[in-house]
Amino acid sequence: MSEIPAKGLATSVSTISEQAADISIRSIFLEFLFIGATSFGGGVVAYLRDGLVRKRRWVDDREFVEYLAISQSLPGLNATNMAVLVGDRLRGFLGALTALIAICLPGGVLMLVAGVAYHTHGGKPMITAVLKGVAAAAIGLVLATTIQLGKRSLAHAYDLVFIGLTVFGVDQLHQSVPRVLIVVGILAVLWYRPRKPKETAQ
Amino acid sequence: MSQLLALIRVFSYLSLLTVGGGLAAFPEMKKLVVDVHHWLSFTQLIHLYSMGQVAPGPNMMMIVAIGEWVYGIPGVVAVLVAFFAPTALLAFFMGRLWQRLETWRWRTSIERGLSPVSIGLLLAGCLSLARGAVTGWGTALIALVVLGILLLSRINPAWLVLAAAVVGGIAFGPKL
Repeated sequence: MSEIPAKGLATSVSTISEQAADISIRSIFLEFLFIGATSFGGGVVAYLRDGLVRKRRWVDDREFVEYLAISQSLPGLNATNMAVLVGDRLRGFLGALTALIAICLPGGVLMLVAGVAYHTHGGKPMITAVLKGVAAAAIGLVLATTIQLGKRSLAHAYDLVFIGLTVFGVDQLHQSVPRVLIVVGILAVLWYRPRKPKETAQ
Repeated sequence: MSQLLALIRVFSYLSLLTVGGGLAAFPEMKKLVVDVHHWLSFTQLIHLYSMGQVAPGPNMMMIVAIGEWVYGIPGVVAVLVAFFAPTALLAFFMGRLWQRLETWRWRTSIERGLSPVSIGLLLAGCLSLARGAVTGWGTALIALVVLGILLLSRINPAWLVLAAAVVGGIAFGPKL
């Protein structure tokens, strides 16, 4: 983890030219560290797009959407899957590892400190009250994120059936997530199975 | 030592459930870390999870706090590797494979089929989380207002969470 020097970054960052030469491991580390440190409030994908497509031009919009589709079809957080895919595209395995560590580092340190503080002071009435407000807001946040994701990625009314089955299985039947994922997942994939192209379709 | 192994087992399992996002694994996480292993209470899990939503970076970094509570720094390392290594390796190899399968017709079917299932898993996660976090009219109101504002505007959610923290302190805190 410490093979990337943490000191002296400020002096060298301006001399890196991504345009022509290979993208350095150091600049991958710095960019993902920056995204990992600034993407407050969820929605890391927007920050990734801003940093990787718009600012650095390491991937274009088409590639980005492609990576996002892969990220969402695989288990794993979008943020870390994207880091692995883009890191791999830029500098292979080492690039993927660097991007993964860098995007996790700031939030990880912050949550470690927050966790220790919460462990010692979490029982105080004022802290509990504040966190009650935070938790309520988090519900609004995750619901909004889910709804926005749904609006973007769903196309058919049938999708609502699969959503309903999944929610029902996990939430009402208390089936374990893997079981629901496998059963409803296979049903849905078969539903959208490749059809024989029709003569009239084109 | 057995606790360390339990951490590794639980978090590598949860790792594979995060289809669509970390929230998809929340119902199982609640079951395992609260009901089975008693590492923390449901309320504590909700609090840590909510803090993790506001923290920058991937939104599941709150797992380091659980690792730390259970087994100190080795616990943190165990949880991080267990939670991120399996899916990272999967993304690495599948990413390479997936691009080669661009013309494979089932690829679109898998992407199309998994997308409503992952939305469903996320919604189930929302429900599980809401059961712990929405405890009365006050919290329900905060959740609805935040939801409404986020759907109608492009404000950074961090500001709303900050505002909710202040409102929570005033509304639910000890009277001064």
